[in-house]
Amino acid sequence: MSTLPLVRGLYNKPIGLLNLLNEIPLGLAILDTEKRIVAINRTLETLTGFASEQVEGIRCCFVLRSNLCAHECPLERVDQLSGALSVQGNIVNKSRQRLQVRITTSVIENGDGQVLGFLEAVEIMSAVSDRPDAGVESLALKGLVGSSSQIQRIFQILPVIALTDSSVLITGQTGTGKDLVAETIHRLSDRAKGPFIKVNCGALPESLLESELFGYEKGAFTGAVTSKPGRFRMAHNGVLYLTEIGDLPLSLQVKLLSFLDDKTVHPLGSSRTYTVDVRVIAATHRNLEEMVKKEKFRQDLLFRLNVIRLHLPPLAERGTDVRILLDHFLKLFCVRFGKMLKGFSQDAHKILLDYSYPGNVRELRNIVEYAVNFCDGQLIHTRHLPQYITAPTETFENLTSEDIANKAQRRDLLDETGDVMPPSLDWAAVEKRLILEAMTKARGRRGKAAALLGWGRSTLWRKMKKLGIQGK
Amino acid sequence: MPKKKVLIPLSGDDVAPRFDLAPEVVLATIEDDGTIMDERAIVLANASAEVLCRVVLDEKTDVVVCGGIDDEYFQYLTWKKVEVIDSVIGPYMEVLLRLAAKALAPGDVIRPENTTRV
Repeated sequence: MSTLPLVRGLYNKPIGLLNLLNEIPLGLAILDTEKRIVAINRTLETLTGFASEQVEGIRCCFVLRSNLCAHECPLERVDQLSGALSVQGNIVNKSRQRLQVRITTSVIENGDGQVLGFLEAVEIMSAVSDRPDAGVESLALKGLVGSSSQIQRIFQILPVIALTDSSVLITGQTGTGKDLVAETIHRLSDRAKGPFIKVNCGALPESLLESELFGYEKGAFTGAVTSKPGRFRMAHNGVLYLTEIGDLPLSLQVKLLSFLDDKTVHPLGSSRTYTVDVRVIAATHRNLEEMVKKEKFRQDLLFRLNVIRLHLPPLAERGTDVRILLDHFLKLFCVRFGKMLKGFSQDAHKILLDYSYPGNVRELRNIVEYAVNFCDGQLIHTRHLPQYITAPTETFENLTSEDIANKAQRRDLLDETGDVMPPSLDWAAVEKRLILEAMTKARGRRGKAAALLGWGRSTLWRKMKKLGIQGK
Repeated sequence: MPKKKVLIPLSGDDVAPRFDLAPEVVLATIEDDGTIMDERAIVLANASAEVLCRVVLDEKTDVVVCGGIDDEYFQYLTWKKVEVIDSVIGPYMEVLLRLAAKALAPGDVIRPENTTRV
């Protein structure tokens, strides 16, 4: 809005309305009676990815892009008598992220009771999917499950960590629950109503990662056809979760360190700087101290991130938690797939308890999901488990190198150089085996294979592409 | 410009706000000289991103112009060599005209007062 309305009477001098709204940490939209945008505040600009002046006069549904717009638009239901109406749904922003939100709508009327428009407040809930059984996962402390002393210690200190505002570094092997712990810290903190923005530092090339993190102005580089606020600004008043921080390039480590010092962001191609209030949580499966020695990670950045260090133990060290997790995921997948299973057979249970789970909790979860999918009775038997865990086990120490190579070839465990990888290190091979077995059972039909695995077709495609499985 | 087949999820006469919730789509072919031909609509039995991706591929679509789309489906269609121009707001006819004139980019907001005069 080129001429900002002024609010008088609050202070000695009038104040711009949008200036006031920009300081409120909720996404806010002022709409006219035709449900068209009059103005949106900075938080909603960040949530949606649209600038206020860009969407003035545009109908709200095209900007907010909520799943409620089509059939359950709250603007159709709110009136002067009902008061504010609050509903939950999801939106898809310009970064193609689906965000769970709560939308509160109320009528704006003048002193004579005439309706002038609407006010919409958008509050981010979380960045998880809206599966109907999501509530089943919330056992114990916001989805973390376990009774071992190591996990109980984490349960006890998480609330304390959450209430500080310090940077957190979470370490642990892949599949130990680092993402879940980061989200739990956010949900237990004073920033729970703010955004939780996740960035995988290992997923994007360096040039894209910089623009994703810090944002850019339109025209900053070839392909920058619009401005983008960047993940730091999107996380304002919330948490920025940097996973695989060990994969952050050295040049960006410098910029991250600079941000941790002065809390300002310099978007690419912009002369403006933005001050943001963001808590940083980082996670890695790598040994950062070793990386510092090899000069692949900055020591000063490690010091700044390492204010609070949380290490998640591998599943093999969590004792009785394997039993608890098996029951937990069995219940979860029975609900999701609509199956009434009573449990595991004795033999299957023994195999599952004795298995080492090199992929940790994620592998255990996938094994149970696979078994529930393939189980055609009331008990999960050995035949319903993935073949690779039911095959006779032999330790590597007993085998000759030729034996190892032969076994590894049969189990697709050779890496690109042709060297043999011990099974305990290759989680990608575990997933690959699950997919190949499902494709075999489905006779090559990807739609059916995806259904067997409990995935959408596009999820199966993405994993096949990642693992280099030719599925034509 | 080579001939291109375009698919646009619709909400009324506008580009649908959400790819996964669009109840119908319009298909059209943009000829080499920029003419828009063979325009037809398909009503979907159930709104679904998976179903819509199937329609995109079955119709051998070259370009999808849409509103909000989950990254998973954006990546999938891109991998399938479909150009996706997303976060577009505006009437579908104007969108087609701009696409034919090679004047459409992701994030474009087309207002009724800025429509192309033909």
